[in-house]
Amino acid sequence: MNQKRKIRILVAKPGLDGHDRGSRIIARAYRDAGFEVVYTGLHQTPEEVVQAAIQEDVDMIGLSSLAGAHMYLFPRVLELLKENGADDIVVCGGGIFPEEDIPKLKKIGIKEIFTPGTPLGEVVNWVEENVKPRS
Amino acid sequence: MVIAEKIISGDIRAVARLIRDIDDTVPEAREVLKDLYPYTGKAYVVGITGAPGVGKSTLVDQMIAHLRKAKKTVGVLAVDPTSPFSGGAILGDRVRMQRHSMDEGVFIRSMATRGYFGGLTQSTRSAIDVLDAMGKDYIIVETVGVGQDEIDIVRSAHTTIITLVPGMGDDIQALKAGILEVGDIFVINKADREGADRTINDIRLMIEMDEKRYKDGWKPPILTAQAVFDKGVKEILGEIENHRKHLLSSKQMQSIFKYEKARNDLVEMIKDRIVSDVLADIIHSREFEEALQLIMERKIDPYTACDNIVLKKIKKGNK
Ligand code: B12
Ligand SMILES: Nc1nc2c(ncn2[C@@H]2O[C@H](COP(=O)(O)OP(=O)(O)OP(=O)(O)O)[C@@H](O)[C@H]2O)c(=O)[nH]1
Ligand SMILES: [Mg+2]
Repeated sequence: MNQKRKIRILVAKPGLDGHDRGSRIIARAYRDAGFEVVYTGLHQTPEEVVQAAIQEDVDMIGLSSLAGAHMYLFPRVLELLKENGADDIVVCGGGIFPEEDIPKLKKIGIKEIFTPGTPLGEVVNWVEENVKPRS
Repeated sequence: MVIAEKIISGDIRAVARLIRDIDDTVPEAREVLKDLYPYTGKAYVVGITGAPGVGKSTLVDQMIAHLRKAKKTVGVLAVDPTSPFSGGAILGDRVRMQRHSMDEGVFIRSMATRGYFGGLTQSTRSAIDVLDAMGKDYIIVETVGVGQDEIDIVRSAHTTIITLVPGMGDDIQALKAGILEVGDIFVINKADREGADRTINDIRLMIEMDEKRYKDGWKPPILTAQAVFDKGVKEILGEIENHRKHLLSSKQMQSIFKYEKARNDLVEMIKDRIVSDVLADIIHSREFEEALQLIMERKIDPYTACDNIVLKKIKKGNK
């Protein structure tokens, strides 16, 4: 049989942040690049994000945050992934972050951070280079 | 057997990964499905279909809540279309059901059609078996859109719900050929909008014109609902229960259902297998390339070439 792996991505908006324009644009860009994108909508707790990622068996989680709660929400997602034995899932983030937070987020395991103005092509290429569908 | 045991014991990660393997047509997944088969056949499968945006996911979300209150476990397979241009998909049904994601009695999985027609995915039937084996009492399948042929769900579900909204008057005429004939329950959702009564009448007329439907004694009820406000959902579940009783009412009904399902599952499986294995085999053969060459040089017509290849393949298979 012909086996065809397809990259699956969860795009999530954790916390009370209601800015969803960016995450919708990103979801569409991923779709247009041939990925399957599960969209969870607004106001997700980190627990809900991680459960959805596991049930959907995604290869990557893209967290979107424009409201400034990323220093709590992002580490919590990583922590829960580890607790659930799912830390093979790549996590990246996008939105608005103070300059000084970005290295801190990367250090704890957020693989990349995308800020406003990043060309969509770059966002897509990054996935192609850094996310491998599960073997 | 290791993976199968995990599935049967309800290991969520194992279930999620197996469904992925089925979707990605990983050969090993078939072996697991064979191990799981003895544990299937217990779940009640409900299909829910209807045009884009009529409120299917919202309805499923409310149905989950009611079923959970009744202490039933629920599996959901939500199908959305794959973009024919990129091969990618945005799977958005989950947005409406996310409040159940922390509930261990609920498993929700989004699936993309990946070019498969009929409203389901090639993998849906097997994914139903997986959720069944993991012990879910109810499995709800939300299928993509509604077109003339998008009725595959009927063959996989015990009860099929067709969802409509008020003001679809002319559309209903157009739908008739495909979908209206296969619904076990009709739901007019968004009944908070004007025109629900008219839509009910339209559908009643269509159903009544189609006498042969009642041969098995089930006359499809037409219900109204306002899924966002959780109105009419309890009644829908009540009719699902009635339909279930109807299916179980006689040995004859049960065996008709079992026969139809077994037949369709097997036909589909053979079809998939022929396309994925036999066709691939042919396309990669030297004979196929030679035939192409001859057609290009107009030394043979494609009809004869096709006959030659297929007949040879069948004969070989018979030996
Ligand atoms: C539009 C907007 C709104 C709209 C949102 C509409 C909507 N549905 O999205 C409305 C009017 C509702 C709104 C409300 C508020 N807003 Co406002 N809003 C903006 C604004 C002007 C633009 C945001 C936007 O849509 N940009 C366009 C999109 C395409 O860009 P983007 O979201 O940044 O996404 C890009 C990248 O960041 C990245 N990306 C984003 N997510 C992801 C995810 C992944 C996986 C990846 C890979 C990449 C990625 O890629 C995208 C494409 O390039 C920004 C200011 C600004 N210049 O950013 C303020 C801004 C975000 N808002 C702000 C504030 C304070 C608010 C309010 C609290 C105001 C108030 N007091 O009521 C409310 C809160 C609403 C809520 N519940 O969260 C602040 C946030 C400050 C902070 N971070 O601490 C900002 C920065 C304005 C400011 N300078 O003060 N807002
Ligand atoms: N007014 C009204 N709106 C409703 C009702 N039920 C659902 N909606 C809204 O209809 C929109 C679409 O609902 P969904 O549940 O996503 O519809 P769907 O049929 O699953 O859509 P697709 O999966 O995209 O085909 C949402 O904005 C819902 O809030 C209802 O009873 N009344
Ligand atoms: Mg839906």
